[in-house]
Amino acid sequence: MIEAELSRSVQRWCPGATGVTGAAKLSGGASQETWRFDIMHPDGPIGAILRRSPKGYGAAPTRAAGLAAEAQLMQLAYEAGVPSPRVMHVLTPDEELGTGFIMQRVEGETIARKILRNEEFAAARPLLARQIGGVLAGLHRLPQDKLPELRSRSATQEISEFDRDYRSLNWPKPVFELALRWLRDHDPGLSAETTLVHGDFRNGNLIIGADGVRAVLDWELAHLGDPMEDLGWVCVNSWRFGEIDKPVGGFGSREELFAGYEAAGRKVDPARVKFWEVMGTLRWGIMCGGMMQRFREGPDHSMERAMIGRRASETEIDLLRLLAPRGS
Amino acid sequence: MQDEPTPIELTRAVADFLRNDITPLISGHQAFKLRVAINILDLVTRQLTREEGSDANEVERLRALLGMDGSVTDLNRALAERIAKGEVDLATPGLAGHLWATTMDKLAVDQPNYASYKREMGRGE
Repeated sequence: MIEAELSRSVQRWCPGATGVTGAAKLSGGASQETWRFDIMHPDGPIGAILRRSPKGYGAAPTRAAGLAAEAQLMQLAYEAGVPSPRVMHVLTPDEELGTGFIMQRVEGETIARKILRNEEFAAARPLLARQIGGVLAGLHRLPQDKLPELRSRSATQEISEFDRDYRSLNWPKPVFELALRWLRDHDPGLSAETTLVHGDFRNGNLIIGADGVRAVLDWELAHLGDPMEDLGWVCVNSWRFGEIDKPVGGFGSREELFAGYEAAGRKVDPARVKFWEVMGTLRWGIMCGGMMQRFREGPDHSMERAMIGRRASETEIDLLRLLAPRGS
Repeated sequence: MQDEPTPIELTRAVADFLRNDITPLISGHQAFKLRVAINILDLVTRQLTREEGSDANEVERLRALLGMDGSVTDLNRALAERIAKGEVDLATPGLAGHLWATTMDKLAVDQPNYASYKREMGRGE
């Protein structure tokens, strides 16, 4: 069992630790798993999270930064005061746990619908859009000379990549074609400034408490690029979970997001944010198509994956609302 | 000609059985998966009910827009190509209306509870 390996691990690097208890898998596909567990310690239990690729699953998918980079980014964020779990340990091969890292467990909620509906977050909700602006500003300011090696992507490269992904699905979709044309016609070119981009910063990848954002998770799509990409992605309608009049994750307005970002000393380019919102909407739509393809051809014949394929039409209506709005 | 009950009636009967008789018996992850299964059967029922009519309307619009004939798949492929080449765009009369009508028909099957769809339904054209 994983508890035996984890117990041996924590006793090596956590002074006073006597073992672990309560290991439970929170999520996991074939290549990546997340576990929660408690480190047993004379001063009281320490909540921890393991993120790992099990042995034999070392290779990261092409777009992913890899778990080692993820650990480095989270630690860097933590040190810079960006809400993030503290990384406690990076796994070594002799621990027999695969590759990955162990981090401090931050209490709070990640399930978007609960954050948007439950009473305990009612006071935090109206503050979140602005707060998210501040968090993103801090993230975009992380020192570049300390970043791990990351892929670099301009808007133009991203358009080509999505074009290729879409065509590989052999799934003719006039609305996606229209979006691809629009993106090419509105390609803002290289951004004045290249920064770290989180790449999947959205409602669902944040730990929220009654006091607001407690941690930014899922750094696996981090890369270098246009910082406005993160501001656009957090506004994609798919991450508003029904609260469609509150673009920032269902929490609040773009104006609040932008104000929070600028109050932290960084500049917003609203046209670029809109470009990335359209790009992000298409990106999620193409990802839904990828799920359909994997359901059909791959080993994962699950109903959930099949149904995600049927969510591509949600992004089509959202693209039409962005590019060809009806009346008003 | 096949006998009855129709696929719509049969699928609905299974969905109702799962919803009313099985749902109360299970919990946890299996209950989540059961909910997904019921959602799938409901989607299939909606598609079986609506597809024939919406495809016929879609083909009619596509013929007018493209000036050619073909199956709904062929015509969609042709429209996708023309948009990609820039021969058809939002300035083309009828394109926006066609894409809206087609997309609304898809949402009516895939996800009639999606908030953007409900908002656009409320607009009524």
